[in-house]
Amino acid sequence: MKLTAFAAAAAAFMVFGPVEALAGRDLDQIRSRGTLRCGVQGPSNPGFGVPDSQGRWQGFNVEICRAVAITIFNDANRVEFVPVTSQSRFPALAAGEVDILSNNSTWTLTRDSNVNRFNFPAIVFYDGQSVMVPRRLNVTSARQLNGATVCVQPGTTTELNLNDFFRQHNLRFTPVVISDLDELRRAYDSGRCDVFTNDFAALAAQRTLLTRPADHVILPERISKEPLGPVIRQGDEELTNIVAWTVFALIEAEELGINMANVEQIAGSSTNPLVRRFLGVEGNMGESISAARADYARQIIRQFGNYGEIYNRHLGPQTPLGLDRGQNNIWTQGGLLYAPPAR
Amino acid sequence: MAAPALPSFTERSAAFARACFNGPVNIAISLACIALLVWLVPPLFNWAVVNATWNGTAATCRENGGACWAFIREKFWFSVFGLYPYEERWRPGTMLVILVTLVICSTFRVFWNKWLLIAWVVAAPTMLILMGGGYFGLTPVPTRLWGGITITGIIAVYGLALGYPLAILLALGRRSNLTLVRWFSTVVIECVRGVPLISLLFMAAIMLPLFLPEGITLDRLARVLVAYTIFTAAYMAEVVRGGLQAMPRGQYEAADAVGLSYWQKMRLVILPQALSITIPSQVNTFIGLFKDTTLVIVIGVFDFFTTLRSALGDPNWLGFPTEAYVFAAGVYFVLCFAMSKYSQKLERDFQPAQR
Repeated sequence: MKLTAFAAAAAAFMVFGPVEALAGRDLDQIRSRGTLRCGVQGPSNPGFGVPDSQGRWQGFNVEICRAVAITIFNDANRVEFVPVTSQSRFPALAAGEVDILSNNSTWTLTRDSNVNRFNFPAIVFYDGQSVMVPRRLNVTSARQLNGATVCVQPGTTTELNLNDFFRQHNLRFTPVVISDLDELRRAYDSGRCDVFTNDFAALAAQRTLLTRPADHVILPERISKEPLGPVIRQGDEELTNIVAWTVFALIEAEELGINMANVEQIAGSSTNPLVRRFLGVEGNMGESISAARADYARQIIRQFGNYGEIYNRHLGPQTPLGLDRGQNNIWTQGGLLYAPPAR
Repeated sequence: MAAPALPSFTERSAAFARACFNGPVNIAISLACIALLVWLVPPLFNWAVVNATWNGTAATCRENGGACWAFIREKFWFSVFGLYPYEERWRPGTMLVILVTLVICSTFRVFWNKWLLIAWVVAAPTMLILMGGGYFGLTPVPTRLWGGITITGIIAVYGLALGYPLAILLALGRRSNLTLVRWFSTVVIECVRGVPLISLLFMAAIMLPLFLPEGITLDRLARVLVAYTIFTAAYMAEVVRGGLQAMPRGQYEAADAVGLSYWQKMRLVILPQALSITIPSQVNTFIGLFKDTTLVIVIGVFDFFTTLRSALGDPNWLGFPTEAYVFAAGVYFVLCFAMSKYSQKLERDFQPAQR
């Protein structure tokens, strides 16, 4: 008898086993655990991910993870935030301590390679190294900075990019290297150096803390490309699709003029087939990327709004960071954000 | 014999003044010190007290220009509880009260009896259940979310409590006549001491799961506690060994002569003396290890210091690192100074003959 039961179970496994494993390995694991483990920058990253005074994570990158959780579970609270440091983030992802990194990691070839086996489904923020100078110097381009004293953090790609840039343009500079960003800002504020360089978002945040922020200007050049986005392990196509089309949904919504306030009304009244498909009124686009619901995009927008709303809530001109949209505007507004068509 | 009466305050001040101004060199040094104080103290006082903001927002702080204690006030409970769910903060609160009460009780010799030991044995798991939940209708809270001074306390107290006995065993093992035991202890001590704590924590948190068979997971905090305990044990073991080494040969021989077994000899004769003469270096080691608890951020645990660093990133409170670091320094100083004072008291209690 026992043998028969065992044989039946084995047969059932052979028949149903492979059928159950529809999604990729990582997505299966996330679903069976019931939560998405999201790696965020510890101790904190102003505007992108910070615990508030009650210990709840807030910020741009945090809401990206919550949006992914809506796509997978239709529940923004099914996220466990795991703080990771610059040193521990990739080992933590590789070891499966986190399912996804949402911590301003730059998309590079080496990280995306078959050696490191990570995957960057989409870009959520275009950053780049910038330089800030006092307005009184009347400098309009970084190429006019020959002989300048530059405040820079040591041991970072920032320092390497700076060297490359000045060498490439045959310029000389004297570095003032201080590893603590607050100390570095004070050195610049007190006039120990003429130039302060860092990634644009960080530099803009530092500018708000200067004695007279209006007396300083961030030059338009970006001396490096820093495309930032969520990272997952290589080898799970379904999870890749989910992350990518979550980000694209945020961008697409802004392009279509759909926001938190009008999403329900548009879903109810729009006759535009593109909008109807996008909001899940017709078609099954959500299901085809293994989302929890056909109208996953509508659920995300209802709770968090479109890309612009998330950006403005945490990074935009109304926030203490006061970042202009710049490159992080949708392509129709002169930015770089471009989502493939949802059709 | 009555102790001689202490000189009065005026007498002592007069003696102090004489000592400071007796001779040209001392006068010069004293004047330089006074000048330094005059130069430093008023601006510091203005910053920390006169222009300080105790209440309000970042904007009020920037307006007043002085220290922004309102920032510390806003983030105080975050620094105590870290990322622990807000609605459940009473749990780590209760745990802290139990922990602090027990630690304070343990410092008084009148409480050193079996009841204290029983209290610890009962409290240790109780505190963990209170924090972790899952029983008695408490919502489960993963250890990942434990934080603030709570986690600093847990790691320091549990690490020392578990590491100390292990340290004694390792120290005894390293001086054992059994070759295998001696080798084992030596290898453990040297290997653990040979690497920085940060890499040990990294190994425990990130590398260990890669080596464990699929499906077996050990809680992250547990892994870190194990790493920290072993680290504590290795350092303490050498301190204890120093004490064992310092015992005169006669003590060992006398204990043997009265027919005590190895364990009796150690427990009744050698260890009580060896441990009491090494109190200063034990406390020294422990203060160092206590401050090392901040390294747990490498595996994403928000201890007291990290919560403050994290608070610095709050967009509404940007730019008050000095206040945060002064506050952190103050808290660490008070705790470490208390340990140091307590160790001095223990020394006096244990070595009346040598004074």
